[in-house]
Amino acid sequence: MNYTEEKVIHNQRLMSDIFVVEVSRPEGEIKPGQFFMLKAWNEELSLMRPISVYRVDANSVSFMYRVVGKGTQWISQLRRFDRIRLLGALGNGFPCEEVKGKIALVGGGVGIPPLYETAKRLSSNANSVDVYLGYKDVLFAFEEFEDVCNDIFISSETGMEGYKGFVTDLLKPEKYDAVFTCGPLPMMRKVIEMCKKTGTPIWCSMENHFGCGIGACLVCSCKTVLGMKRACKDGPVFKGEELIFE
Amino acid sequence: MNSDRLKISLHNLDFKNPLIAASGSFGFGREYNELYPIDCWGGISSKGLTLNGRDGNKGQRIVETASGIINSVGLQNPGVKHFIDEELPWMKQHDTVVLANLGGSCPEDYLTAVDMLNETDIDILELNISCPNVKSGGMALGIKASVAHDFVKQVRAHCRKPLMVKLSPNAENIIDMAKACEDAGADSLSLVNTFKAMAVDIRRRKPVFENVYAGLSGKAIKPIALRMAHEVCHNVKIPVVGIGGITTAQDVLEFMMVGCTAVQIATGNFTHPTIGQELPQQLIQLMDELKINHINEVKGII
Repeated sequence: MNYTEEKVIHNQRLMSDIFVVEVSRPEGEIKPGQFFMLKAWNEELSLMRPISVYRVDANSVSFMYRVVGKGTQWISQLRRFDRIRLLGALGNGFPCEEVKGKIALVGGGVGIPPLYETAKRLSSNANSVDVYLGYKDVLFAFEEFEDVCNDIFISSETGMEGYKGFVTDLLKPEKYDAVFTCGPLPMMRKVIEMCKKTGTPIWCSMENHFGCGIGACLVCSCKTVLGMKRACKDGPVFKGEELIFE
Repeated sequence: MNSDRLKISLHNLDFKNPLIAASGSFGFGREYNELYPIDCWGGISSKGLTLNGRDGNKGQRIVETASGIINSVGLQNPGVKHFIDEELPWMKQHDTVVLANLGGSCPEDYLTAVDMLNETDIDILELNISCPNVKSGGMALGIKASVAHDFVKQVRAHCRKPLMVKLSPNAENIIDMAKACEDAGADSLSLVNTFKAMAVDIRRRKPVFENVYAGLSGKAIKPIALRMAHEVCHNVKIPVVGIGGITTAQDVLEFMMVGCTAVQIATGNFTHPTIGQELPQQLIQLMDELKINHINEVKGII
């Protein structure tokens, strides 16, 4: 984990409120499913903002994010050559080295971007990867999956593109050796439930409101069968059967 | 010599600087130690402990507000025994003063925990009578001076460590509260804890926090915390440790000038993750600029 100042290489709006910022890559290993705390201000905001790694390249790291409040709005206004503070890489990431065979990645909304680097890593480890991407209406960040996976299944709630309905309607967990999921809680709960029935190993990337981002402040605790766990430090990726939803 | 210019003494303990990582923001130091060596702090106050471990509050636990944050952790902690067995030995490996921050919900639990901590090599017991996030205890103690007096007196009778009492800004009268704790035998005071606050989620049409009220900290509270520190410093004889939105070298000097012996930093750790590493040097630079040779020169000049 490092706290560094990086240079913005590119910051682009993909559609409406979805942006991608590419910044110079800090030293150290970055695992798929890990995140960084980002800061593009000095003291104007009190907290850094946790954003998952979307893609890692030789000299850069990219974050895809939705503008939801002041912090992400601030980040969205960064221009080339601007500076941004990064704290990371944080969290455990997906267990890409521990699974083998046919893997399904199930993402919803802004839970989709972290699955790209994950798919890339899993494919390079000779796994067969299918992705299931669920959107509300307009699609984003799906074309790039074509290079790193076997099959892509797409749904939208409005039916604007792909299958009309939830992406979980398309998933058949029994076809896979493992499932990774990242997205809205109701979607992930459904995926866990389905995997439980078929006995398919399932890992789930949890989202929460973070404070420090490194495991000290305990504002992001989730209840698990092993006691309270920190989403930022012990997670964000947990085994589905460990999570207790209330 | 730079290193001596920030040195302070509190309860006959040497602090290499007047900066203490505040309870709740810093865990037991392990995580921040992955980022920088934590012995750059004068002291570290442990995560708020209770006799038995607690899972903390349900629901959302933090929200950012204008120049601050509101938190509702609810004293999630592994309990005093775990602290003594697992965390304290690790903390004591570092060259920094160790404060054990103790909270609770009933006096008996507090006293049992004090007895246990007496047998350890913690340097200071910081008694939290002011957690706003625990419904059944803490806060009530922190509000009425007479209640606090009786309680601190009981703890004093048990406590063989230097006893620092952490005050709530929600006290009916902060001066009366400070005097009551001094009279009951506190060796020092730290103030202030978080301000009782609230946030509303207008889309869900509900309070953000399940407990409805939670604790406001950060830069937003600094001017009020500074005023309270000033008032208390002028009304008690025991040392006072200032807390409340301190994030810069200037903030540190302000609290020292109103009479504080040391300061604690909580929310600042989230805003500037390496603040503990950078602040000592920034203090020296500011002291150079202001022609202050030793930090104690300005203590209590206002």
